[in-house]
Amino acid sequence: MNLQLAWRNIWRNPRRTVVILMAVVIGVWSMIFLAALMRGIVDGMVKNGIATLTGHVQIHQREYPADPVVDHRIEDPRSLIKRLEENLPAGSRWSARVRVNAVAGNARHSAGVTLVGIDPDREARVSFIGTSVTRGAYLEPGDPTGILIGRALADKFQTRLGRKIIITSQDAKGDVVSRAFHVAGIFQAEMESTEKNFVFVDLAVAQTMLKMGPAVSEVAVMLPHYRMARETAVKLRRIIGPGKLLVRTWQQALPLLTAMLKLYDSFIFIWFVVVFVAMGFGIVNTTLMAVFERMREFGVLKALGMRPGRIVLTVETETLFILISGLLIGNILGFLSCWALSFNGIDLSALAQGVEYAGMARIIYPVLQFQDVIDANLVVLGLGLVVSLYPALKAARFSPVEALMHT
Amino acid sequence: MPIVQCQEITKTYRQGKVDVTALHGITLDVAEGGFVALAGPSGSGKTTLLNLIGGLDRPDTGRIMIDHKDYAELSDSQMADLRLHRIGFVFQAYNLIPVLSAVENVEYVMLLQGVPKAERRRRARRILDDVGLADKYRRRPAELSGGQQQRVAVARAIVAAPSIVLADEPTANLDSRTGEELLRLMQEMNSRRKVTFIFSTHDEMVMAHAHRVITIRDGRIADDRTKGP
Repeated sequence: MNLQLAWRNIWRNPRRTVVILMAVVIGVWSMIFLAALMRGIVDGMVKNGIATLTGHVQIHQREYPADPVVDHRIEDPRSLIKRLEENLPAGSRWSARVRVNAVAGNARHSAGVTLVGIDPDREARVSFIGTSVTRGAYLEPGDPTGILIGRALADKFQTRLGRKIIITSQDAKGDVVSRAFHVAGIFQAEMESTEKNFVFVDLAVAQTMLKMGPAVSEVAVMLPHYRMARETAVKLRRIIGPGKLLVRTWQQALPLLTAMLKLYDSFIFIWFVVVFVAMGFGIVNTTLMAVFERMREFGVLKALGMRPGRIVLTVETETLFILISGLLIGNILGFLSCWALSFNGIDLSALAQGVEYAGMARIIYPVLQFQDVIDANLVVLGLGLVVSLYPALKAARFSPVEALMHT
Repeated sequence: MPIVQCQEITKTYRQGKVDVTALHGITLDVAEGGFVALAGPSGSGKTTLLNLIGGLDRPDTGRIMIDHKDYAELSDSQMADLRLHRIGFVFQAYNLIPVLSAVENVEYVMLLQGVPKAERRRRARRILDDVGLADKYRRRPAELSGGQQQRVAVARAIVAAPSIVLADEPTANLDSRTGEELLRLMQEMNSRRKVTFIFSTHDEMVMAHAHRVITIRDGRIADDRTKGP
C-alpha cells in the first residue's frame, strides 16, 4: 500500500509531475543520445585514422617514424612476419608496405605525395584502399605499371584512367629515380587530403624501383578490435625484443586523435554533469513544493505514529517513481533515436572542410555504448535520490503541532 | 491507576517577540474508560493540553504519563511508537489522506503497525461497518460528506485498539445533527470497547455528553465536574 500511496501522491498535481517527468525524460534522452553521437564521432575518427594506413599496430625500423625515408627500412620482413603470424590474435590481418615520400607529376602538374607499395590482396583486408576504388580497377598483384590515385589528385592533375603519371623518389642508394605508371584506378576516401597525398603501386614494383630488395618500410596489423591494440603491442614488443624495430599502437601513431578521444570522454562527462545539475534543481524544487503543500498531512502522519525515517522513505519513494518513469521513457527515446539514425546517420558534408580538419567522417552514425547507458541511468537515479533527501528530511523534521496548524 | 496523569504541566510559546504561557502548572488525572471534555474559550490552552497529552509536543516543566509511560523518558521515536499503538487522534478538520479510500485510510494505521494485509482489511471493514459506512469503503474523502469523513477519522482512531482517543473539536465542522450522531458513536465506542476519550471542545453538546468536564481558562483549571456515565 506504501507503493500505491506514493504512486497516487505523485499524481495529485499531474501538471507538476508531468513537467518534472519531462525534465527527467529529456535529460536522460539527451545523455544517451549525445553520448552515442559523440562516440560515433570518435568511432568515425578512429576508424578513419586507422583505415588510412595506420592500422591498429605498426612495426617500423626504429627511426622511421621521425624520418620516413627509404634508408629506415625493415631489412628482413620475412622473419618478422613469421613471428607475427605465430603470435597475433585469431582474426588478425597484416600487410607489409613500402612507404616513402615522392613527387608525382604529369605534363600539367606535380605534387608531393606518399608512394605506397602494397601487396594488393593483403592490403585490401587491412586498409581502406581495397574498397575505395570508384573508377577503373583495383591493382592486380604484380602489375608493373598500374597506379591508384585519389579523385582529388586526379582532378588536380586533370588526368584520367589510363593516363601517365611519373613518380620520382630517392632509392636505397641515394639516387633519384623515376618511373612512369598508368592510372589503373581512381579511389575516393573519407578525407580529401588522403586522396591528394597517397598513391598506390604494387609492392614488388616499388621495391624494384627503389632498389630495396625484399625490405619494406612498415608492417601494419589490423586486430579484431581496436581496443586490443595496447595488449597486442606489449606482447609483440616482448617477442620482437629490443633492437632495430619499433612497435607502435595507433594511439602512439596518432597522438592528436588519442588526445581528441580523451577530450570527447570529457565532453560526455561534462554534459552528464550539466544535465544532471539542471535536472537536480528541478527535482529538488518540485519535491520541496510537494512537501510544503502536504505539510499538514505529514503532521497527521506523525500524529498517527509514523516515524521520521518512514516519512523520508515515503518522499524518496515518490521521487523514485518519477525517476524510474522518466528513465524508462528517456531510455526508450534514446534507443529509438540511435536506431533511427543508424540507417542513414547524420550527414556533415556541408561542413566538409571543417569536418575533414578534425579528422571526422562525413557521415556520423551513433554508437551506443552499454557503459554510457548504465552511467546515465545511475547518475540520474542515484543523484536524483540524493538531492531529494533535502526535501524528504525537511518533511521528516516538521514538528507535528506546527505542521497540523499549517493550512 | 489513572490512564493519563499530568503533573504541574507548563507550556510557553514564543509568538514573535513575545512569550505566551499557554499552560500554568496544570495537574490532572484521567481514569481509564473516561469520556472527558476539556472545555474553555479559544486560547484557553485546551488544545495545547491535548497536544501535550498526545505527545505531539513536550511540556516545558512537569510530567505526563500515559498508560504508565513517562514521556520524559521517551525519545521522539518512542513517542511515535506510543502514538501508533496507544493513542488515536480525531481532528477538527478530519485530516484524512486524500488519495486513499475510506477503507485504506483506516487501514493505514495498521499498516504502520505491521498488521498483515488480510487482517488489516478485515478489521478496517468491520470498523467502518460499526460507524455506519458499510457502503463507502472505496470512496475517497472528496466523495464523502463532512460527517462521513469524521466517522472515517473516528474509525481510523480506534481501529488499532488504542488506550486513549484524543479528539480536538471533532464536531466543529459538523451540523448539530451530524455532530450528535458522531458523539453517540463515540460514546458507544467508549462503552463497548472501553476506550478513554478526551475531547477539546467549546461545543455545549459535547460537554453535555461528557461524563466529566474540565474547564480551562487562561491556562489553568477553572472547574472540574464529574457527572458520571
